[in-house]
Amino acid sequence: MKPQDIAQLLDEPACGHNQKSKSGCARPKPGATAGGCSFDGAQIALLPIADVAHIVHGPIACAGSSWDNRGTRSSGPKLWRIGMTTDLTEQDVIMGRGAKRLFHSIKQAVADYRPAAVFVYNTCVPALIGDDVDAVCKDAEKRWGIPVVPVDAAGFYGTKNLGNRIAGEAMVKHVIGTREPNPVPDHLQRPGITVHDIALIGEYNIAGELWHVLPLLDELGLRVLGSLSGDTRFREVQTMHRSEVNMMVCSKAMINVARKLEEKYRTPWFEGSFYGASDMDHALRAFAKIIGDPGLVQRTEELIQRENLHLNEQLDPWRGRLRGKRVLLYTGGVKSWSVVAALHDLGLDVVATGTKKSTEEDKARIRELMGDDAVMIEDGNPRALLDMVANLKADILIAGGRNMYTALKARVPFLDINQEREFAYAGYTGMVELARQLALSLESPVWSAVRKPAPWDEG
Amino acid sequence: MVEIVKRAKALSVNPLKSSQTIGAALAFLGVARAIPMLHGSQGCTAFGKVFFVRHFREPIPLQTTAMDQVSTVMGAGDSVVEGLATICSKSSPAFIGIPTTGLSETQGADVRMAVKEFRAKHPEFITTEVVPVNTPDYTGCLETGFAKAVTEIIEKLVEAAPRAVDADRVNILSGAHLTPGDVEAVKDMVEMFGLRPVVIPDLSGSLDGHLPDNDFNPLTTGGVSVDDIRTAGAARATLVIGRHLDTAADGLKSITGVTDWRFDHLFGLDAVDAFVKTLTEISGRSVPARVKRQRAQLQDAMLDSHFMIGQTRLALAGDPEVIKMFADLGVSMGAEVVACVAPTRSPVLEDLPLDAVKIGDLEDLEKLAKDAGAELLIGNSHCVQSAARLGVPVLRAGFPQFDVLGGFRRTWMGYAGTRDALFEIANLMLSVEKGEVEPYASIYAQRPGEEDAHGHRSPSSHSGLRH
Repeated sequence: MKPQDIAQLLDEPACGHNQKSKSGCARPKPGATAGGCSFDGAQIALLPIADVAHIVHGPIACAGSSWDNRGTRSSGPKLWRIGMTTDLTEQDVIMGRGAKRLFHSIKQAVADYRPAAVFVYNTCVPALIGDDVDAVCKDAEKRWGIPVVPVDAAGFYGTKNLGNRIAGEAMVKHVIGTREPNPVPDHLQRPGITVHDIALIGEYNIAGELWHVLPLLDELGLRVLGSLSGDTRFREVQTMHRSEVNMMVCSKAMINVARKLEEKYRTPWFEGSFYGASDMDHALRAFAKIIGDPGLVQRTEELIQRENLHLNEQLDPWRGRLRGKRVLLYTGGVKSWSVVAALHDLGLDVVATGTKKSTEEDKARIRELMGDDAVMIEDGNPRALLDMVANLKADILIAGGRNMYTALKARVPFLDINQEREFAYAGYTGMVELARQLALSLESPVWSAVRKPAPWDEG
Repeated sequence: MVEIVKRAKALSVNPLKSSQTIGAALAFLGVARAIPMLHGSQGCTAFGKVFFVRHFREPIPLQTTAMDQVSTVMGAGDSVVEGLATICSKSSPAFIGIPTTGLSETQGADVRMAVKEFRAKHPEFITTEVVPVNTPDYTGCLETGFAKAVTEIIEKLVEAAPRAVDADRVNILSGAHLTPGDVEAVKDMVEMFGLRPVVIPDLSGSLDGHLPDNDFNPLTTGGVSVDDIRTAGAARATLVIGRHLDTAADGLKSITGVTDWRFDHLFGLDAVDAFVKTLTEISGRSVPARVKRQRAQLQDAMLDSHFMIGQTRLALAGDPEVIKMFADLGVSMGAEVVACVAPTRSPVLEDLPLDAVKIGDLEDLEKLAKDAGAELLIGNSHCVQSAARLGVPVLRAGFPQFDVLGGFRRTWMGYAGTRDALFEIANLMLSVEKGEVEPYASIYAQRPGEEDAHGHRSPSSHSGLRH
């Protein structure tokens, strides 16, 4: 990838970080950097496309430590869970045989696994020795008559965030708009209901949580044409250009996709979240409002009322147990406020929230929810987080999996909210699971056991 | 003669290999107050970190030189210097190991030169030992990277000056196939002979999963101290476990002149016997009663379990030294290794008690295991998918084990560890009900209400007896 292409991806006009001098895509500091690289971000963004052969072009470290490592779920094909890599050898690197190996690798994947398409992720070493991955993909596509999509995402290009955008860019450039959606079959039409097509961007079906939401969309007559990329198929991504409205789910990572689809196909989009009842309400209303179908609006309101009533019944017993417990929330971007609302729904106090990856707009929403003196955490290094937990007398830390063992070693209750989590928190149903997990951790008898001194040390 | 079948296909499917780079990082994590810093892009470290965090369920100290576009093209020496200085000023470690990656090696980084620059520029950090090692991921595997790191630790830190012999001290070079639990077991055995073991590197101190008193540690909270490495020359003897450590052991011997004894592993009666006998020679003591008892217990377990393990058709996948352990044990119990895959070549493969080993991935393993009718699969957590497709049970061993708790510290080695392993393998074989006879009902039998052998339910009269 050329430096100017990278610069262009970093300069995302729709992203709130662009207005500030401190960019979310700032240069990493040697010796003090956490987080993944561009390849990591690109692979994470696309791997849930379940019927694609995902080939990592590089030596073993890139795929070897990362394959079958994703908590997303597929309702059908399992191909995405098969780890594929060119596993470049020293000879490949020295003799420049990487491109040739890649070509044969694509052939092998197509012959053995009959994928809907092949995605090729370029990584540091072949990018450095100059393998022409684009050309190999073109040749292979022609030779075997199956889409072969290059995703040029060498780790040294930048952060995970950049990788998400590279992945989105590849989809916009090579996949979206290459097939028309099939019409809704007659037997699925319901009287009085017009089916509308939508698409989700940045939803990964972690732990299957999309399945808490999808039945509601079905009920409303909203057909998810395609998604980036939870439980989706290649042929569905191809048709995403026909969506009537796109939802950017809970992340700015692929904001470039939403913006470009708007430019190219005039698809309106909105930013929303499926976490918490109020955000679910908001997301469903946004679909209805933008689509502008009065019948849909009415059905949506009825559904929201019904779901909230049902949810409140289910949450009542939990609320009593959770009320007044103090939460320190450390997560990036949109979740810094969307989860706050969900936690308020459960009666918890959020004593501080992380804003490292949040935009000014995100912060405004936080103030709206938590008041003007809301504590915002900019630097979430482990030491600082633990001090904050102690100073603010938080009962639990809610953060990404990376901080889990930091919390546990400090004998602090913890809930994993990021992509590595093992439980589905989205949708109205997900709230009950969230309440259950919070209570499980907060009420566990192990905390007093690990905090008390050994009997021989007492006194 | 073992036939080594080399990689024949372009694409590696369901890789078995983990990189040399993280193998080196693992070895460095066995040093006290240490942190490895990978010289590569930030992803090299992030992936390595997730790999270890999921395996050990521990916070893992690991940093990166965070090579970006500019440093990749213009040279990344400054990143090494900056990274070292940042870590030193933040957490003053006793030790920083720097494994290189495919990226920095392809770029042509001279990491030793960079460390020299760091020393010249930052004399204030002289108390932190820095050990670089060349571990590109386009060659070798976790085990070779681990071995290279141990070699470098020894070459860089062990002092050549003659010392007064510390009569009780024994050095133990511990390979990548030893879990923290294995290292504990080895130490226990050595201590029972009145000797003081110093393990290099000592994963049982750092990655055994313990809750330290203080709430946060940016460095390893245990492991072998830098001083104990420096003074290895004072030991009465060196015990080397793992043939991949041969080069490291040669280095230690030539620096210190301390006599060494070498073992592939301590798994199975013969292997542990050889080790225990060596301990009697080094210590001049007879075998303690407890060790004898454990040996007798193992022998008993061998008798109990040989019915289930004998003739079992094993499929093995793992780094060469892990394969060697399980092949030796299996064969010593009358089992047969019918499929065997290693990610890279290694001298230890030539001595496997079997006909052929394939250099390849888990797709290869699956094919071989299927063709050969394997009955039990032994390998890492990725093998669980393969085993499910093959419809056979799996015993998890090696790296990574991300779908179970405690796999990281499971004790295989020693008499007691071997005994537990035999019981588990035997139980897995019991669970498949090998040798069970398909039920057969005579065509003439009339048993109202029962299904016959063909799944048909005999008509039963409604007026019949009700229980």
